[in-house]
Amino acid sequence: MEEKVVEIRGLEKSFGDLDVLKGVDLDLHKGENLVVLGKSGSGKSVLIKIMVGLLKQDTGSMNVLGKEVSTLSTRELNALRLRIGFSFQNSALYDSMTVRENMEFPLVRNIKNLTKKEITMKIEGLLDSVGLPQSINQMPSELSGGQKKRIGVARTLILEPEIMLYDEPTAGLDPITCGEINSLITQVREEYNTSSIVITHDLTCAKDTGDRMAVLLDGQFDAVGTFEEVFPHAEDKRIKSFYDYNFINS
Amino acid sequence: MTEKAEDRKPLLSKKIDRFFTGLADAWNFVRRFFKEVFVPPYEFKEVIHQCYRIGVESLPLISLTGFIVGIVFTNQSRPSLSEFGATSWLPSLISIAVVRAMGPLVTALIAAGKVGSSIGAEIGSMKVTEQIDAMEVSATNPFNFLVVTRVIATTLMIPLLVMYTDFVALMGSFLSVSANEKVSLTTFFVQVFESISFLDIISSVLKSILFGFTIGIVGCYKGYNSSKGTEGVGRAANAAVVMAMFLIFIEELLVLQIVNAIRAF
Repeated sequence: MEEKVVEIRGLEKSFGDLDVLKGVDLDLHKGENLVVLGKSGSGKSVLIKIMVGLLKQDTGSMNVLGKEVSTLSTRELNALRLRIGFSFQNSALYDSMTVRENMEFPLVRNIKNLTKKEITMKIEGLLDSVGLPQSINQMPSELSGGQKKRIGVARTLILEPEIMLYDEPTAGLDPITCGEINSLITQVREEYNTSSIVITHDLTCAKDTGDRMAVLLDGQFDAVGTFEEVFPHAEDKRIKSFYDYNFINS
Repeated sequence: MTEKAEDRKPLLSKKIDRFFTGLADAWNFVRRFFKEVFVPPYEFKEVIHQCYRIGVESLPLISLTGFIVGIVFTNQSRPSLSEFGATSWLPSLISIAVVRAMGPLVTALIAAGKVGSSIGAEIGSMKVTEQIDAMEVSATNPFNFLVVTRVIATTLMIPLLVMYTDFVALMGSFLSVSANEKVSLTTFFVQVFESISFLDIISSVLKSILFGFTIGIVGCYKGYNSSKGTEGVGRAANAAVVMAMFLIFIEELLVLQIVNAIRAF
């Protein structure tokens, strides 16, 4: 049986009176790309934020790489965070720093005794692999949306994570750039041997990047399986409308 | 009780509740600063960068303001003193006013407007664009990198800016005095230093440290707790200035009472 890198059981999270996650169960296997789909506000991002300890669940278990996230001390949580890469929806590049400084930031603070030459080589290597070697001295404000996403992914890869979490990687991008980002997600898995969770409501992205789909509806996963199992012949109206909107109406 | 008064009651109680929750939050933020300021890693490079931004980049504005304050205060005081034939007391009067109150207060108010708002807006925009979350998930302590460094920088730089403002204001005053009376720079500054005591200088420096800390911590607190997108960033910057200025005046009043008590003792 494939090794599980993330195991979620009975996870619940509310904000005030609003119940967002109502007993979620999900597994992520080693080397797998899992796509989590759902409407805006359905709790997809909340799920991955709990995974890295940015939010705390109300009840339930979130086990990541063998560690129960909610019980970790700050030091243990930081050690776990080094093994997880988080690509934010709006890239979250530090806008007062150049691309080089953005990439140096996590590296020099977490890996000691690196020489300047080693740091530069690592940064240049990663920028090469995301196809943006020329942007090393640019400021984030000088980059396009797609370039920002790529640099955001490169910044998370610099710590060589075992798990990648992508929050809406194609949101707000044109179809061609979406395709490039989808290829990058697949390329990252192959080159860096990562397991990934991709949060999206873009079915093209889901189809291109995911081994398995999980559809989050009303705070629970309604359908989990391959794209073919979940979508084309879905009986649930909500899942069907999701599919129809992306592949028929668009 | 009328229906209207009944309607108002929960709103009032909500406001009181919000006020005390805010106060507790702010207190916890200050406590966290004192806890984390001694915890490694120490971000020396960022502290120096912030000192440059807060200190050096404020110099043109502070110079201009200090110089004008010196000239205006001297020109405003001259008619009153000349009525008693005491214009020779101008350097003493100006030095006491500038060193004891105007230098620290003018510098702090300008810094609250320039530095406090920029800290509030910068950290606020980092908060709403998830840059602070990005630091956190890369196992870096954002509080240490953003808050501790900026508060240290304001606490160090405001006293230096105050000393600089005092000097520039006194130079402005000298220019005004020498335009009307025959007085040399040496005579002017001898009179200035004869009028101020060690307590004046120490209280001015300590007060400036307090003002610097206030500007830094308020800007960081408002920015760090901003929400609701770009509107929240604007609000954070605005609240940082208003709150810092309000606290500076209260601190000025308190320090004055303490110094007067020491002087009387």
